[in-house]
Amino acid sequence: MSDVRLLTGGEAVAHAMRQVDPDVVPVYPITPQTPIIQTFAKLVADGQASTEIVNVESEHSAMSAAIGAALAGGRTMSATSSQGLALMAEVVYIAASMRAPIVMALGNRALSGPINIHCDHSDSMLIRDSGVVQLFAENAQEAYDLMVMAPRIAEDPRVLLPVLVCLDGFTITHSAEPVSLLPDDDVTRFVGPYSVPNAVLDTTSPTTQGPFAMPDYYFELRRQQAAALETALDVLEEVALDFERLSGRRNGALEAYRLEDATRALVALGSTAGTIKDVVDELRDEHELAGLLRLVSFRTFPTAAVAAALDECTHVAVLDRADSPGGTPPLHAELAAALYGSDVELTGHVYGLGGRDLHPSDVRAVFTGTPTPYLGLRGERCLV
Amino acid sequence: MSRLKTIVRNQRGVQPLRGGHSLCQGCGIPMVARTVLSTIRQPVVVVNATGCLEVATTRFPSTAWNVPWLHVAFENAAAVASGVESAQRALRRRHALPAGQEVAVVVFAGDGGTYDIGLQALSGARERGHRFLFVCYDNEAYMNTGVQRSSATPFGASTTTSPAGLESFGKAQRRKDMTAIAIAHHVPYVAQAASTHWHDLSVKVERAVAADGPAFLNVLTDCPVGWGHEPQLSRRVIDAAVETCFWPLYEVVDSRYRLSYRPQHAPVEEWLGSQQRFAHLFRPGSEGLVRQIQDQVDAEWDALLARCDDAPA
Amino acid sequence: MADLSTWETLPVAGAVRPGVAPRTLTGGWRTGERPAVDVSLCVNCLLCWLYCPDSAVTLSGETFTGFDLDYCKGCGICADVCPVAAIAMVPE
Repeated sequence: MSDVRLLTGGEAVAHAMRQVDPDVVPVYPITPQTPIIQTFAKLVADGQASTEIVNVESEHSAMSAAIGAALAGGRTMSATSSQGLALMAEVVYIAASMRAPIVMALGNRALSGPINIHCDHSDSMLIRDSGVVQLFAENAQEAYDLMVMAPRIAEDPRVLLPVLVCLDGFTITHSAEPVSLLPDDDVTRFVGPYSVPNAVLDTTSPTTQGPFAMPDYYFELRRQQAAALETALDVLEEVALDFERLSGRRNGALEAYRLEDATRALVALGSTAGTIKDVVDELRDEHELAGLLRLVSFRTFPTAAVAAALDECTHVAVLDRADSPGGTPPLHAELAAALYGSDVELTGHVYGLGGRDLHPSDVRAVFTGTPTPYLGLRGERCLV
Repeated sequence: MSRLKTIVRNQRGVQPLRGGHSLCQGCGIPMVARTVLSTIRQPVVVVNATGCLEVATTRFPSTAWNVPWLHVAFENAAAVASGVESAQRALRRRHALPAGQEVAVVVFAGDGGTYDIGLQALSGARERGHRFLFVCYDNEAYMNTGVQRSSATPFGASTTTSPAGLESFGKAQRRKDMTAIAIAHHVPYVAQAASTHWHDLSVKVERAVAADGPAFLNVLTDCPVGWGHEPQLSRRVIDAAVETCFWPLYEVVDSRYRLSYRPQHAPVEEWLGSQQRFAHLFRPGSEGLVRQIQDQVDAEWDALLARCDDAPA
Repeated sequence: MADLSTWETLPVAGAVRPGVAPRTLTGGWRTGERPAVDVSLCVNCLLCWLYCPDSAVTLSGETFTGFDLDYCKGCGICADVCPVAAIAMVPE
């Protein structure tokens, strides 16, 4: 009973939301997430979901209302990008610390300035320490899949954290692909009913939530939260297994593409993996032992699995679609920590900021040519 | 049955806000919170913005609250309340809540979290028509962080960021008319009240909760530390604000203004003279400032009277 | 009461239930004076109960019974608002 439709990533996410049919969706528009909320709003207007959409007056209020709704006892979803995420960043940290199981689609877009509406991962990286789960889709199908899986991960009593489903702005959000949708009933059964331990609307059992903590307790409360994020990795694998039984598609913490006997590997997040896979296939045809490690789960970072997957490699190149000026780019830093002590030759490369395309020739150069720190950049390339 | 006895009875033996908190000796805020919460008969959920009330009552692992209570951040109480209210609406619609009374959502925020940093969220929530009661306990400055000026601080008041000094007479700007801003959102119920005028406040709470839509209460609340008066004299200080027409008590129901109380219209010196934060206005040479304040109060009072359809004699 | 000292045993998200939360005895804030009442004058108006910032006036049902000195901070508002001057602040 396959329902395959030609959908953009944004539309695919909206259909996942339709099927999950959350109680409340507080949301504020920003490119390139807008197709998500517009498509969803139309679906609700046509009675295909009965969600209470709250058109708030800023993203900060979107995440704030989301916390209120989620802790009140309502399944809550939202969507944002870039500056919207930056504006709500304060509240994202709080949502995680208050253990609000909100699911939010993030249409990855560059942070200002200059203002730019195209894809890079700087928005995700801004909140990488916030304590939320971040899962990166490669394409529209995966965006749909992860959006259906996300409530199960977020709401698991061992996790109870916000989950961000990240999909590249324009490249995924606005590009149409064939997407296979699960039957509505399957999704309803898969996500199950929503509950939180201390629903605020339960007035018979009042709790005080969002306390003030002095140095005598803050540290412990934070550690407790970090432990939940560690557990989230195991929960992701459990949910991925369940989802695979339902759909035939596996969406685990990482994807090892032709990595088993690879000596040279690239590591990347998001849609660029598609380009890299094409180059890997070409190189393999030329008898090069090339491979790709695509990370789906950036937070929680699957350190052990990454180290194991890259065990046989001699050269690993990490591609970051975000920079950390004055320091080490985020994914590069994670890989350096994961591979510490191994004798792998590790290089890091920043690419694609502000939506700059990464060409197959750039990827090939990383595998076989002289690697440069910035890929596809005009001007001086060899920066120490 | 007297209103006060009714308020006691509504509690059903459980104080919504109990002792053990670290609000200052003589703080005006608890009276506002307790009057509001004990007037409301329905079950209540409180959303509290960051500030004195929130910080002093919920130092982990203690709490002074016997009702469900939520704090998220400083500027977003109205947005959080919008979320809680929306969840209740969605869950009721889907028959996912136990049958019974609707839970009343009440926001408590100080003037900082209402007039300044909280203004956007409040405005958005009012425009969207979420049904919750927003109570501003207005003590006219950022008290919790050390008495810094807010846009609710009156003209001429000395605060730590608008201090009176050799070259300064305190805050040089007039306070914002937050009640008027709320009224501009066409919400069913808006009122100005005062902490120690508890009977009037309680009546207004009832009307606010019964209104079919958003309600806003701006409640003048004294701060002995920030205003500079003996804690014991709270009621007299608030009385002075009301009797001098500095803080009129009125309500606006579906855009019709109704004066709640006609004060003596005592000279504004009675209000200014009751607190240290205005003491510098009594320096020789500052008479012009006091006259300015009196003129401001008189003009606003006349304008309010002109808007009132209903006024006691 | 649960041992709250380790991160493993703290309530999730620091969510606290009033029934089990510890309470601070703020009666220690008083600086030498406490309220005292002449019950024969008391008309049970309950204004002191409403005005008290620390919820430190005790009732039995709807009848005034006294002051909870564990929490009274000694602000003296009760003495000021009592309409029949039944309450006075006296040395401890």
